[in-house]
Amino acid sequence: MNIYADNGATTKMSQRAIDAMIPYMAEFYGNPSSLYSIGQKAKEALDDARERVAKCLNCSPQEITFTGGGSEADNQAIVSAAMAGAKKGKMHIISTAFEHHAVLHILKKLAGEGYEVTLLDPGEKGIVTAEQVRAAITPETCLVTIMFVNNEIGTIMPVAEIGAVCREKGVTFHTDAVQAVGHIPVDVKAMNIDMLSLAAHKFHGPKGCGVLYVRRGLPIYNIIEGGAQERGKRGGTENVAAIMGLAAALEESCENMEEDNKRLIPLRDRLIEGLSKIPYSILNGDAERRAPGNVNFCFEGIEGESLLLLLDDKGISASSGSACTSGSLDPSHVLLSIGRPHELAHGSLRLTIGADITEEEVDYIIKSVGEVVAYLRSISPFWHDLESGKRQHMISEHWR
Amino acid sequence: MALYSNTVMDHFRNPRNLGVLEDANGIGEAGNPVCGDIMKIYLKIENGIIEDVSFETFGCGSAIASSSMATELIKGKPVEEALALTNKAVAEALDGLPAHKMHCSVLAEEAIKEALKDYYAKQGLPFPGEEPEGCDGCCEGCTLHQ
Repeated sequence: MNIYADNGATTKMSQRAIDAMIPYMAEFYGNPSSLYSIGQKAKEALDDARERVAKCLNCSPQEITFTGGGSEADNQAIVSAAMAGAKKGKMHIISTAFEHHAVLHILKKLAGEGYEVTLLDPGEKGIVTAEQVRAAITPETCLVTIMFVNNEIGTIMPVAEIGAVCREKGVTFHTDAVQAVGHIPVDVKAMNIDMLSLAAHKFHGPKGCGVLYVRRGLPIYNIIEGGAQERGKRGGTENVAAIMGLAAALEESCENMEEDNKRLIPLRDRLIEGLSKIPYSILNGDAERRAPGNVNFCFEGIEGESLLLLLDDKGISASSGSACTSGSLDPSHVLLSIGRPHELAHGSLRLTIGADITEEEVDYIIKSVGEVVAYLRSISPFWHDLESGKRQHMISEHWR
Repeated sequence: MALYSNTVMDHFRNPRNLGVLEDANGIGEAGNPVCGDIMKIYLKIENGIIEDVSFETFGCGSAIASSSMATELIKGKPVEEALALTNKAVAEALDGLPAHKMHCSVLAEEAIKEALKDYYAKQGLPFPGEEPEGCDGCCEGCTLHQ
């Protein structure tokens, strides 16, 4: 059995998205800035895609800038708000401790340039509240940037409430919605979102293509200088084919969202329930307010990379927040931010299932994870120390 | 190229000398759970020969493979050879490890030294080898890999 359970990393492209792209590679390959017909055909496609994307987000086409992906959109949004803030002498930014690195790293850079950065604590549930945001806002605050859905533990932030607080206080609100768009309802107007980032490949579109939404009237600063593309806000010939793929994938995801989630959420909960039966396992992030396909667990006494390799042998593709898989010395900053100790964070597993998963596949995952965890514990001196009482178990009853 | 060589994957999937050695007369451990790997080595030494050896490992794929390979390299060998085992020899026998995984081979060398040290202590003899350098699995500031 082959089960792709890493849709949080990237998704399989939908046939509709692929079909939407091909004509703009094979036939209408012209540069949208050119005057002749195949160029103008590409330009028309671009306008059309912009309009369709705007409709999905409930904004106007002029508020959409196509980028080279989610990270670029995050960088441009944050730099834009930070520079606009500095002009008014406002150099305070509020974010969370468990943002994606595309946000955290640019904030770190800005902190080095004199900005004051406040990172809110998501707490054990992995949700930042609007009240936390309200309490952190000062007269110097120029930007609140808070992710819509956490990419590792899938928790959903109260974005509409945070948006309302920011609007009331007159502070620009950006949300990294890379894991939200196409999966849960997003409405920039109703939610008072000033800036939003999204990436096509998280909802069955192509890689290397994203969107930055910026509410009309807010300044955008270029991070890629060049030609007059995207109203001069993003240099570089537009990736027309990918943009057409993005628009098609977004429309398809939004059309299917309700029906998909009706199927997916019970299967996610079945997976959570099954994995909870493994002794000394714990779900990371709130069980209710979480993305429809996200399951994230820690298992005591084992390490995540060996878990992933053995699951791969069983045909299951998943990810982990262990240090060995993060490519750094520390395990996932997200798991640490919700209070998981290092020892436990090393034994984490993220399964991000897609709408096409079956009950049989979910049961196979539960069975396989159970077997692999039991095997790895049987060879783990750490687990034996936990069982013999030489070391203390970390998952206490109050966490459950 | 894949992350790991075929030899690493073979030793990870089919670890040699896995488990507890009930009549071990030298037991050593290296690493710590905060850093995400612990190796435990069991030695049964008779007449200066490593008659039997086994391991238990908490860690990533290359940590498990490094322990497995290290036990293979010293099994049936004189104690002197085990004392001289280097992390480089373990990594080479595995057909190489990715740079950021070299510390796994260091841990294997360290765990074996710890087990040998335990054996000498139990015999009431001075430890003839080089003191284990105390690699704890954390790479920051570590120069053991070079």
